[in-house]
Amino acid sequence: MLERLRRPWPDHRAERTLGAVSLSVGLLVVAMIVFVTIRAWPIFQHNGLSWLGGGGHLESQLAEMQATSVNPPPSAFHLLAWPLIYGTLLTTVIAVVLGLAIAVFSSIFIVELAPPRLRNVAIPVIRLLASVPSVIYGLIGILVLVPFVGNHLITAHEKASVQNVIELTGAGLGVTAVILTVMITPIMIALTCEALAAAPVSWREGAVALGLNPLRAVLAVTLKAIRPAIVAAAVLATARALGEAVMIQMVSGGRFFTPKPVDGVIFFFEPLRTLASSIVDFHEGIGAPALRSTLYAFALLLLFSAFALSVGGYLIKLPLRRYQTRG
Amino acid sequence: MSTFAPQAGRPASRPSGGRQPTGRGRRSSPWSWRWGDRIVLVCAWTAGIGLCVIAAAIVLYMGYRGVQYLRPGLVFSRPNVSTNQAGSGGFLDPLIGTLLVTLIGIVLALPLALASAVWIAEYGRPSWLARVVESSIEIVAGTPDIVIALFGLSIFQLGVLAPLSFTSQGGGVYGRSFIAAGAMMSLLAVPPIFAASRDGLQAVPGHMREAAFALGKTRIATIRRVLLPAVRSNVATGVTLGVSRIIGSTAIVLLLLGGLRIETQGGLAGLNVLRGTGSALTSYIYENSPAGEGGAPQKAYAAAFLLLVFVLGLNLIVDRIGRAQASSMGVTVAGAGV
Repeated sequence: MLERLRRPWPDHRAERTLGAVSLSVGLLVVAMIVFVTIRAWPIFQHNGLSWLGGGGHLESQLAEMQATSVNPPPSAFHLLAWPLIYGTLLTTVIAVVLGLAIAVFSSIFIVELAPPRLRNVAIPVIRLLASVPSVIYGLIGILVLVPFVGNHLITAHEKASVQNVIELTGAGLGVTAVILTVMITPIMIALTCEALAAAPVSWREGAVALGLNPLRAVLAVTLKAIRPAIVAAAVLATARALGEAVMIQMVSGGRFFTPKPVDGVIFFFEPLRTLASSIVDFHEGIGAPALRSTLYAFALLLLFSAFALSVGGYLIKLPLRRYQTRG
Repeated sequence: MSTFAPQAGRPASRPSGGRQPTGRGRRSSPWSWRWGDRIVLVCAWTAGIGLCVIAAAIVLYMGYRGVQYLRPGLVFSRPNVSTNQAGSGGFLDPLIGTLLVTLIGIVLALPLALASAVWIAEYGRPSWLARVVESSIEIVAGTPDIVIALFGLSIFQLGVLAPLSFTSQGGGVYGRSFIAAGAMMSLLAVPPIFAASRDGLQAVPGHMREAAFALGKTRIATIRRVLLPAVRSNVATGVTLGVSRIIGSTAIVLLLLGGLRIETQGGLAGLNVLRGTGSALTSYIYENSPAGEGGAPQKAYAAAFLLLVFVLGLNLIVDRIGRAQASSMGVTVAGAGV
C-alpha cells in the first residue's frame, strides 16, 4: 500500500484527488448554511420574518426562552430582535465610516508622505494592530477605557439625568465604536496601501506636470483609480465589524437598550447589545430549544449579511472596474 | 477634469508657479498649497502617526502589566476553581489548551488549504468549479468566528460524532472537545494558508514549469519536486498567519471547549485529552476579566501579556520570512502588502 503511494502518481488521478479535496471546502460551506438554517428554523416557523421587527421586550422574551425546558410552548418562541439588529448596525456603521476615513488618510501617509525610515516602522506596527486578538482589545477596553469614560467623561449630572432608565458606567456605544474602529482600520489600510502602491506612477506624474501639487495629484488621480480597492476594503471591514462578538460583549455594557441620537452626548455613553455579542452572552443557555433556535437565527442573520456584503461589494465594484489598475 | 478650471487661474497667485516641477511631495513646500490640501496633509500625518502611537501604547501598557503580574508560578501551575484568588492557581491548562487547539487546527487546515491552492493554481478545470471553490473559501474567510463556533456545536452534537466529544454520564452529547474546537479552528486557518500558497504558486515563473515538463516530468511530479519547494516560504507565511488567527480566537473556544481545567474523557491515553474539554488563553482572559465570572484582572493581564508576546513573535516570523524572500534572488513573490 505504502509502496503504491510512493510511486509517482498518474496525472489524472492527482488532478481528481486534489479537485475532490478542494471541493470539500465548498461542501463545508453548504453544510454550514444547512445546519445553521435547520437549527434556526423554529424561530422562522413561529414568527415568520416579523422577528426582525421591534417593539417587544427582548429581555423578558429571552428570559422566558431560557426558563422553558425541553418542550417549549409555541409562545416561548416569540421574539422581536430589532434592538440587537439596531445595535449591530449602529456600531458597524460608525466604525466603518470612521475607519475608512482614517484608513485612506493613513494609507496616503504610508505610501506617499512618510519618509522611508518612518514607513519601515509604520507598516509592521500597523500590521501588529491588525493581529492583536480581540479579547485583548476587550480587556483593555473594560479595564482601562470603560472606567476612564465612566469616571471622567460622564458627568454626575448626566448620570443623574437618566438614572431612572439606565445606569451609565462608561461601557457603551462610544467605547465600543472606538475600539471597533481601531480593530478594523488596519484591514482596510492593508488593502488600500497595496492598491495605492500598485497604481501607475505615470498617472500621478502626469497630474503633477499639469500643475497639481503632489498631494492633490494623489487625491485627484490615484485615489480615484483605486476606488474598487476602497470598496473591497470597506466590505471586508464591515464583515469583520458585524461578526465581532467577544470584544463588544466585554465593553458594550450588555443591556437591551437602543441608544437614541436625540439624547445628545449621552448617546455615546448608552449601553447596547449586538447580535454577535448576544450569542456569546447567552451561549450557556443553549440547551433550551427556544433559546438555541434564537441564537442560531442570529447566526443565520450574520451569515446572510456576510453573503450579501460580498455579493454587494462585487456588484458595486463592477462599474468601477474600468478604473482598475491591477490585481 | 473638474480640477482643470480652477487650476487655470492659479499660476498668477502661486509664487512657486514658475519653478521646476518637483517629483516628491516633501520637497515642494506645503506652505504654498491650498488650505484644503494642507488640511488633508495634516490629517494624513495625524492618522498615520496616531495609529502607530495607539499600537505602541497597547504594547507598552500590556508589557507594563505583564511585568507587573506575570510570575513563573502562574505559568506553571494548574488552575483551580476557588473563591479566593490565592487558591485559584495559574494558567498551565489554558496554555496547553492553546497549543493543542493550534496544533489540531493547523494539522487539519494545511492539507486542505494546500491541496485547494495547488488545484486552483495548477489545474483549475473546469473553471466554474474553480470559481466555486475560490468563492467558498472567501465565504469561510468572511464568516464571523462566532457563527463558525455555532456551526461546530451543531455538527459535534450529532449522535454520530459523539465519540469525538465530551459526553455526560446520561449520554447527552455536549459537542465540546479539543477535537471539535480544533476542527472549527482549522476553518479559520484555511483562508490565509490558501491565499498565501495560491499567490506564491501563481507568481512562480512559467519557465520553471516548462523546464520540468521538458525533462519529462508529469504535472504532479513538477508540483511536488519543483513548485512546492519553491513556494515553501509562502506556505510558511500562510501557516503563521493561520496560527495567529487561531490563538486569537475566543468565541470558538468559549463555545466548543468551554471549561477551565483539562478534563479527560474515556480511557485511552492521548485520545482522552483530545475528547475532553479544557480552555485556551483567550477564554481564560475572558473569564477572568470583569465580563466573565471572576474578577481577577491581574491574571487576565498576565495571560493577555503572554498571548500578546506570542502574537508579536508570530508577526516577527512573518516579517522575517517576507524579508528573506525579498532578498533571495530566486523566486520572489510580493508579500501580502501591509
